[in-house]
Amino acid sequence: MTMRQQTMALFAGIGAVLVIASLVGYALKTFVAKGQPHAVIDNLNARIKAWWVMVLVISGAFLFGKDGVIVLFLFISFVALREFMTLTYTRSGDHNALAASFFIVLPAQYFFIYIEWYGLYSIFIPVYAFLILPILEVTAGDTTRFLERAAKLQWGLMVCVFCISHVPALLTLAIPGYQGRDILLIVFLVLVVQSSDVLQYVWGKLFGKHRIAPDVSPSKTLEGLVGGVLSATALGAALWWITPFTVWQAALMAFAINVMGFLGGLVMSAIKRDRGVKDWGHMIEGHGGMLDRLDSVVFAAPVFFHATRYWWT
Amino acid sequence: MILDTLGARTLCGFTRALTGARILWLGCAPDATQRVYFGNHGSHGDFALIWACLPLELRNRTRPVAGADYWCSGVLRKYVAEHLINAVLIDRNPATRTLDPIRQMAGAIEGGDSLIVFPEGTRNTTDAMLLPFKSGIYHLAHACPDVEFVPVWIENSRRVMPKGKLLPVPLLCTLSVGAPIKLRADEDKDAFIERTRRALLDLMPAES
Repeated sequence: MTMRQQTMALFAGIGAVLVIASLVGYALKTFVAKGQPHAVIDNLNARIKAWWVMVLVISGAFLFGKDGVIVLFLFISFVALREFMTLTYTRSGDHNALAASFFIVLPAQYFFIYIEWYGLYSIFIPVYAFLILPILEVTAGDTTRFLERAAKLQWGLMVCVFCISHVPALLTLAIPGYQGRDILLIVFLVLVVQSSDVLQYVWGKLFGKHRIAPDVSPSKTLEGLVGGVLSATALGAALWWITPFTVWQAALMAFAINVMGFLGGLVMSAIKRDRGVKDWGHMIEGHGGMLDRLDSVVFAAPVFFHATRYWWT
Repeated sequence: MILDTLGARTLCGFTRALTGARILWLGCAPDATQRVYFGNHGSHGDFALIWACLPLELRNRTRPVAGADYWCSGVLRKYVAEHLINAVLIDRNPATRTLDPIRQMAGAIEGGDSLIVFPEGTRNTTDAMLLPFKSGIYHLAHACPDVEFVPVWIENSRRVMPKGKLLPVPLLCTLSVGAPIKLRADEDKDAFIERTRRALLDLMPAES
């Protein structure tokens, strides 16, 4: 199959899954909830509706190739960083550093990915932003909770810009024999990690008994974790034909990103819990904010990027 | 005229896109009752924020009350105040003013419009959550006893654009609208000011 046929086949498959999910959601609403308000079923239907929108937006961006993907993830990083910094303590002395983060660091990171300058985009935020932003903050002369403010801004940039930008950075990898198809690597990463989230949710709702991290994320169960990660790993293996990997390599990669995704979700939950909120934002109905949907991708993307880069280029 | 409408739409669109603003109607519905929306004031963006979050048909009949000293200095500001947000511009300096601000505001209400006011009188740059209210809100209520006073707590606008900064940073803002208040027959100035101030503070989200 050509890259075009593969992409069409994939999106047709995703569309079919969403159609089935929508039908199931409709049936649940009609026959189980009998048209009455029902917290779990309504949330499920809101999530399915949001999935339709997200899949349409992503496929729309993919139509524009590399440019579309980079602009899409630039926007995602912007929204995510806005959610992150909204929940973070800042003072007016942070204003210049915040403005620099949003209007210089964020676009610069994506520009370096656009021009495929690996040597710079892989260290720009961990080194240069890390050094320059606290300098901007210290010039305001306000030392109240200084280390905390500087550290949290850096964390926000690492999570929302640096890590997320490793998804479009997959397009810069030159994998022998895989030229021109690298956009499918993004599909693989996002599809596997997101299905892992969905499958963990489904397995947890159906069979969940033993809470795995009651203090951090009360809804996560051992049954959900094992069922979700294993079935999403199987899905990853089944998608080997869109990757440069063999079946076993695809399974191992999928397993690694599923585990990272799960652990990333825990870390991001801990931050929300510490701040006393349930969701990062309100952008996506049924899901919360952008970061609620992307927390697992954040932690999976850099690991997937570097594993692929190390072994396949 | 078309340019003004376009400009106003752009201003609202930009404000909402930057701040992802949400408005939560907790104490009343967004209906066409004549009202005075009063909020906490942390940024010049506050006018645009409340205004942009109102449904269009309410927005067209709602005028922000703003300090003429700031909004009349500079061509762009003056254009925004007079043409885009249709502000009621008041002179905050009692020594120089020729028009009575309470009369100006009451006049706008008699004309059928709603108002947006910031009873602290100036932007809050202190660590306090809310500055003491000026007495204007009481005098306005006294002049227009039938109008509902509706508290609107604006969360985060001060972080978006602190005093003295020109470039706003994108942070999410939430507006919480409380229950309407009317001046009671037997209520004196201090009691009314205390009651409205309390109502505004009660809308503040619990935060560390």
